[in-house]
Amino acid sequence: MSTPQPPMPQTAAPDRQAAPGAPYSAPGAAYPGYTSPIPVVRTHLGHAIASEWTKIKSVRSTMWTLGVFALLVLGIGLLTGLVVESSDPDLGGESPLSLGFFGLLLGAMCVITLGVLTTASEYGTGMIRTTMVACPSRGRVLAAKALVFFLIAFAVTLVCATLTGFLHVGLLEGHNGKEPSGEEWLKGTVGVSLYLALLGTLSLAVGSMIRHSAGAITIMIGAVLAPLVIALFMFSSSLQDVQQALFEYSIPNQMSIFYANSLSDSGPSGWDPLWIMLVATGAALGGAFALLEKRDV
Amino acid sequence: MIEAVGLTKRYGDKTAVYNLSFQVRPGAVTGFLGPNGSGKSTTMRMILGLDNPTAGHVTIGGYPYRRLPNAPRQVGALLDAKAVHGGRSARNHLLSLAQLSGIPARRVDEVLGVVGLHDVARRRSKGFSLGMGQRLGIAAALLGDPQVLLFDEPVNGLDPEGILWVRNLMKALAAEGRTVFVSSHLMSEMALTADHLIVIGRGQLLADMSITDFISANSADFARVRTPDTEPQQREKLSSALTEAGGHVLPEQDGALRVTGLPLPRISDIAHDADVRLWELSPHQASLEEAYMRMTQGAVDYRSTDDQKAGLQQPLPPGAQPPMPVPGQGQPGWYAPPPPQPGGQPFAPPQGAPVPPPAGPYGAPGVPGAAPGVPAPNPYAQPAPQAPQGPAPVAPPPAAPPSAPSSADLTKPEDAR
Repeated sequence: MSTPQPPMPQTAAPDRQAAPGAPYSAPGAAYPGYTSPIPVVRTHLGHAIASEWTKIKSVRSTMWTLGVFALLVLGIGLLTGLVVESSDPDLGGESPLSLGFFGLLLGAMCVITLGVLTTASEYGTGMIRTTMVACPSRGRVLAAKALVFFLIAFAVTLVCATLTGFLHVGLLEGHNGKEPSGEEWLKGTVGVSLYLALLGTLSLAVGSMIRHSAGAITIMIGAVLAPLVIALFMFSSSLQDVQQALFEYSIPNQMSIFYANSLSDSGPSGWDPLWIMLVATGAALGGAFALLEKRDV
Repeated sequence: MIEAVGLTKRYGDKTAVYNLSFQVRPGAVTGFLGPNGSGKSTTMRMILGLDNPTAGHVTIGGYPYRRLPNAPRQVGALLDAKAVHGGRSARNHLLSLAQLSGIPARRVDEVLGVVGLHDVARRRSKGFSLGMGQRLGIAAALLGDPQVLLFDEPVNGLDPEGILWVRNLMKALAAEGRTVFVSSHLMSEMALTADHLIVIGRGQLLADMSITDFISANSADFARVRTPDTEPQQREKLSSALTEAGGHVLPEQDGALRVTGLPLPRISDIAHDADVRLWELSPHQASLEEAYMRMTQGAVDYRSTDDQKAGLQQPLPPGAQPPMPVPGQGQPGWYAPPPPQPGGQPFAPPQGAPVPPPAGPYGAPGVPGAAPGVPAPNPYAQPAPQAPQGPAPVAPPPAAPPSAPSSADLTKPEDAR
């Protein structure tokens, strides 16, 4: 009583006998425990996709980012269209579709934000632990997130880009503009939408790796803007090649290639930006999968 | 059935859990106890496959968690009630979890009813109180109707009605043959809920035994003996007689004696033979809390110290008494529960002592241990600590002899006596 007792040494788990009356059973045997009346199904990616769809549509940040995105793309598209139209210009054979570029460039920020939030917000709130307990196949969760996000981002961008395209073509008829060809329409709508959706998926992968919303958004916006800004200050002629490459492969320039108004004539052209972004997104997703499997949640 | 074998987890050079082996069996509520930072949550996370063990392994029903087919249908867990996206409604949160494991959507409404969140199902969980969040976490654990359930601090923030509900829920789940593994800091709650205990400290196993075994192994039951306060020599006489008979006698602060090593009838016989009258002879069963404190006292990582406010005190006006420390601050080096307040003692403020001023910022009223009837813990009575007790039949007991300092109740400062 008077002296504190040292903790009892317990070297190993005591070999307990099953208490009489308690429904204990030998280890390894199919123990008689509780069996749920609810049928157990084999889960697959489809379940995870349904779950992620519920998640992404039930938070306000999705509506906000996508709403702002639509507002930016359509609003800026309308403004540039009206401004150009009122100044009664001569397009000089340029396609009016290229005016859609400005809105989409700003809208890319929203896509990046939503992509990052899809994964990183779960880390911020701790929801990721609940999710990973409910689905221990971590890769399946990430795949479902990427797929659901990609499809949403693609669909929304496609609708906005197509609407802006029709708007510009309609507004600027008869200003010596070029009638857009079928391929130009395809690149200016589906192509650039695929590109933006991939950029968002890249952000999603980065968010999964960084696990911090603000950090991942900063990194992605830096990745979009930094090459252009850095290139601006490369005056030295010895750095000319680097400057050129930074200009040509910067994300804004890659986007403008879909409208055939690149900053330079060399560098990527045609559908090249899409393949570049596809490779980058694939690599980032691969890294995210590997880290997700390896790290503690 | 949860089975851990040699479970070890290191974060850098800090070992959170070391060589932990235990089994959690179905059909019983198993309590998981340990001080803050002892590795309880880390162990729970390893069981659920969130953290990879550095060494060893843990299985549920023979499988590591991440290889269980449709894991949430077999294991439900409440880890952290705040681990939800606050912008999502309770129902959508549970629906997304249900869809993930192919549970029909109507089950979501069922569990919402079970935890009593029906009315707020469509409100965003950001606005939930701690107790509502806890209920949502419990709903998520019950969603898959699993046979193994893990709860980390399930009664945090619940009201008494909720605590009672959780207690009955745990017992009902275990009675259905499920494995229920619960961590908690609330000893009184554990004593009522758990059948079996696993205690860890500093990441190592301290005990794995049934709750009754745990209490009797980690605390000495004792008899409290009180001789007439008016005749101190009788007390001395009985003490020596009991010691002679092989008992172990410790004086208590209020004049009673704690006797261990002798059964109650024997104490009575000895007193009778020694011709000593007894005012009290009562058995004292140690509580789970006492047993737990006794076991984990060496394994507490975060120990509170006295709030010294060094250098921050106003210089005292000349002639003023420095304020007495309020009893109860700081954690004692070891724990012994204060002796129960002697019942029926009339409240007798010390006469002649100044009337205590109204509660100042550090005033004594409401301080634990300063209950009426306990002689002279009032710091303001310091000028006359041995003031006559007036009509009280009890004379102030002598201070505990310095030869047995460990018997003194260290939750009270020495100089308050």
